[in-house]
Amino acid sequence: MLYIKCPYCGLRAQKEFSYGGDATVKRPNINEEVSSEDWDNFVYMRKSPRGKHIELWQHIAGCRQWIKVQRDTATHEIFQTAKVTEEIR
Amino acid sequence: MSQPFRLNKEGLINRNKKISFTFNGKKLFGYEGDTIASALIANGIHLVGRSFKYHRPRGFFGAGVEEPNAKLQVEFNGHSEPNVNATEMELIEGLSATSQNCWPSVNFDIGAINNFLKMFFPAGFYYKTFMWPKSFWYKIYEPFIRKAAGLGVASIEKDKERYEHKFEYCDLLVTGSGPSGLASAYAAAKNGAKVILAEDKPRFGGTLLTDDVSIDNLSGKDWAEKIITELKSMPNVTVKNRSQVFGYYDHNMLVMFERVSDHLEKKSKFTPRQRLWYIRAKETILSTGSIERPIVFGNNDTPGIFLSAAAKEYMKVYGVLVGKKPLIFTNNDSAYETALEFKKNNVEPIILDTREEHSSELIDEAKSKGIDIRFSHGVIVANGYKKVKSAKIGKLNKDKNSFGKIETVDCDCICVSGFWTPSVHLASQSGNKLKYEEKIDAFIPDKKKQHETSVGAANGSFTLEESLKHGFENGSNLSAKITETKTEISIPNVNEKKYGAHDKFWCMPLPKNENPKRFVDFQNDVSVSDIEIALREGYRSIEHVKRYTTLGMATDQGRTSNLNGLQLVSNIENKIVPEVGHTTFRPPFTPITIGTIVGREVGMEYMPTRKTPMHEWHEKNNAVFVDAGAWKRPRYYKLGSETLFEASKREAKNVRENVGICDVTTLGKIDIKGPDAAEFLNRVYTNAWMKLPVGKARYGLMLREDGIVMDDGTTTRISENHYHMTTTTAQAANVLSHLEYYLQIVWPELNVNVVSTTEQWAGAAIAGPKSRDMLSKLYPDLDVSNEALPFMGYKEAEFFGVPSRIFRISFSGELAYEINVKSDHGMFMWEKMMEVGKDFGNQPYGTEALSTLRIEMGHVAGPELDGRTIPSDVSLNGLVSKKKDFIGKNSLGREAFNVESRQKIVGLIPIDRKSSIPEGSHIVQDQNAKLPNPKLGHVSSSCWSVENNNPFSLAIMKDGKNMIGKKFFAVSPLKNKSIEVEVISSHYVDPEGKRVRS
Repeated sequence: MLYIKCPYCGLRAQKEFSYGGDATVKRPNINEEVSSEDWDNFVYMRKSPRGKHIELWQHIAGCRQWIKVQRDTATHEIFQTAKVTEEIR
Repeated sequence: MSQPFRLNKEGLINRNKKISFTFNGKKLFGYEGDTIASALIANGIHLVGRSFKYHRPRGFFGAGVEEPNAKLQVEFNGHSEPNVNATEMELIEGLSATSQNCWPSVNFDIGAINNFLKMFFPAGFYYKTFMWPKSFWYKIYEPFIRKAAGLGVASIEKDKERYEHKFEYCDLLVTGSGPSGLASAYAAAKNGAKVILAEDKPRFGGTLLTDDVSIDNLSGKDWAEKIITELKSMPNVTVKNRSQVFGYYDHNMLVMFERVSDHLEKKSKFTPRQRLWYIRAKETILSTGSIERPIVFGNNDTPGIFLSAAAKEYMKVYGVLVGKKPLIFTNNDSAYETALEFKKNNVEPIILDTREEHSSELIDEAKSKGIDIRFSHGVIVANGYKKVKSAKIGKLNKDKNSFGKIETVDCDCICVSGFWTPSVHLASQSGNKLKYEEKIDAFIPDKKKQHETSVGAANGSFTLEESLKHGFENGSNLSAKITETKTEISIPNVNEKKYGAHDKFWCMPLPKNENPKRFVDFQNDVSVSDIEIALREGYRSIEHVKRYTTLGMATDQGRTSNLNGLQLVSNIENKIVPEVGHTTFRPPFTPITIGTIVGREVGMEYMPTRKTPMHEWHEKNNAVFVDAGAWKRPRYYKLGSETLFEASKREAKNVRENVGICDVTTLGKIDIKGPDAAEFLNRVYTNAWMKLPVGKARYGLMLREDGIVMDDGTTTRISENHYHMTTTTAQAANVLSHLEYYLQIVWPELNVNVVSTTEQWAGAAIAGPKSRDMLSKLYPDLDVSNEALPFMGYKEAEFFGVPSRIFRISFSGELAYEINVKSDHGMFMWEKMMEVGKDFGNQPYGTEALSTLRIEMGHVAGPELDGRTIPSDVSLNGLVSKKKDFIGKNSLGREAFNVESRQKIVGLIPIDRKSSIPEGSHIVQDQNAKLPNPKLGHVSSSCWSVENNNPFSLAIMKDGKNMIGKKFFAVSPLKNKSIEVEVISSHYVDPEGKRVRS
């Protein structure tokens, strides 16, 4: 079970979180024209890297905040966690 | 009754307390502190089971977790458990053990014929034999394999025992209470660290209990006792025996299996049987010790053949002799301690040492005690079928591959020692890449991967002095980093016997014309020749050899066989062991019960039960409940001997004719506040929300980004910047996360807050033509006329002195209202409604009537919004705004969503107006067509239309409304029904929606 550092609550067990997918995907702006290719990429296309991956998790059994987690998909090592408003490099 | 193999005084058992038990029906006794194994051996019983493949007689081999053979079916405390390790299970009064994998009895086992057919059961037998013909698989091969597979029998009774889970955090977890573990725990505890010390066995001390050593002038056992007593007195230390740390998982989480009460005769009602600990440790000391390695020789699986350290443990811990004429077969010095222990108990052993004559501290001591030592000797083959009677021994020539003199010596047990293998399982599970240590011919942990530090024998240090030193140092240093306190501890003086070098020799050759089985893995009956076959047939990777031969599989995970298997492969392949590599170590280290994994999450505790504030009333009034997620909802209220069908028809009819009330507390409710709330709703829902006035509700539809309908419900504007959203019961949690996602990540600039208020409000729907009359009696001071409170209107008013919210919304399609009061007032509201409603013919209705009402109105719900439908599929395209953007809008233009023949919602009625149409039925043109019969759609919801008094269904069907008037068949292979149906509009009752507005 992973041990995830919520930027608001501190280190918590994976049980308290739910997974939310790739955090680097950006939704096309509302009320703006978007090509169907860009839209399809946003809705369907995801990379599935082996190694470092920045992903979203929600602390559903805690503060209910969505957070960013940089995790190694092969080893589960977590390098960094951040608020969604912060950048992970 | 005497115990022929019990010593007079040695051992740590309690001789004042006799315990009676049975083995294969025979009444026996042992003492408190015995294991099943030690008690049986004391009674002279060695034949306890039959082997997996050849049904060969098997006895005990070890004295703890390493045991590969002695797995018994054990009945105790009213339950029966298979594959219980006899060397670990403590004896309790009334326990009854039986042998497994034998019929009719362990003494005479028909299956043993396999032993004589062994040339037909080589490695890969199953793969080779059951390949063809294909048609044989189901009827012949599979039943045969099933019958042969497995050892014990799992109970089919419900497990009445209690199991628990526990979450714990500590600075340092120490796994094993041998010398290095005790030292680590002690040093860390002295530094003020929060320490958990876990010991698998009932007694603390590990090898200190059996080795002839002294620490600070105390015997090993006394020193261990002293340390444990002190640790137990410290508030920052948790000391646990009967607790096996069996798994090392991600982020330094370890899982421990505690056997809480299997050894107790009496326990209180709430004492669990076993407990699973999830331990998040900052640092971990792996002091798991080592397991003795066997030497492979002919018929080495005969009962009476033991690991030499196990024989010593039986003497020193249990006061039991494994035999009175022992042969000690060793390649190293440690077995000499066993020989000396035999000698001390007036038993004369013969030592066969594969090494050439030399001297060491232990050899010299054995010599001085007059023990018969034969250097360059080994056991070729053990004689005896159900028990060792004698052994053919031989003098090894210098090449170690041929023999000088061969002779037969009498013996009743053979104690074998092939040096020691560190228990690196936990280290390996942590991700540690192991390395091969040539000095000890075994794998030891390499560079740290997580926060694991292996000490003592688990790290390949086999002397007490080193173990203690490493333990104290590591325990102190690791904890000091956490507590920032360092207490100096002087390392005690140690007196121990030094071992000389071991012989790199683990497999006895066979003389010409001798061909006994030489087993590498006892539990899976894998012999030297099986491994040779696997290699001859081209298997090279050790992982493949493992799977082909089953070497190292099963419950003992190859604890005594892995290295000998690797050694054999490396010998045959002319590689060195590290090149061959090792197979993967996986948790659990020892088998654990399924009950422990499940814990308390069974029956009612499987998940929380959510009850509405009116639940008790429903119960008292004969409600039959249905699960809606975790909620219990009344499905119908049973009057007299009514069936579900009769009751739901009565309830629904009463709503259509009079008035009914329904508990709708379970609907998801989300409070939405903030100046941008309207804009947010406008983006979340497909329809327009900017112009909804205060005091009005609106039906809304939300999509996922891929255009599929996610949920529907009404949202009411309570005040300028305050909205009350309702969701379906099932989607409540998902919708909240969905809204939070967009507010926190996608549109953080919107000033809006959302919070779930599902639990805060109790809700009741009042539906039916007489609902307004009833409402006016519930709110005598309020104008509830159609003008003052129109369809989709909202008012706040006092309900008999209690604040309440009135929504004029309808799911039933009738004139209807929904009243919300604070949860605490829910029961009050409900009882008042029942009281006032009497004059109007009010009756409560459950979810079954609710479904009937919505289905015949053509209102969609979960079965139609099934994660595959877009708004136009379910006739809700009127709610999709063309003017504004919203979540999922861009996807609605996709080609597949705009095909005319797309499956869409329709209504179905049976041609005979009688036969109800099973939900899930397939709609086909021709019921007799050849399979696969082309499917035109499926029946999503079915009911008995109370309005028209015949069955009616909703279906999602190809070409949708274009099919109206046509006839098809609704076929349900599950119910074995085929019903001819006619397609009609999905709005079967009041298609114009006049009633809700009346």
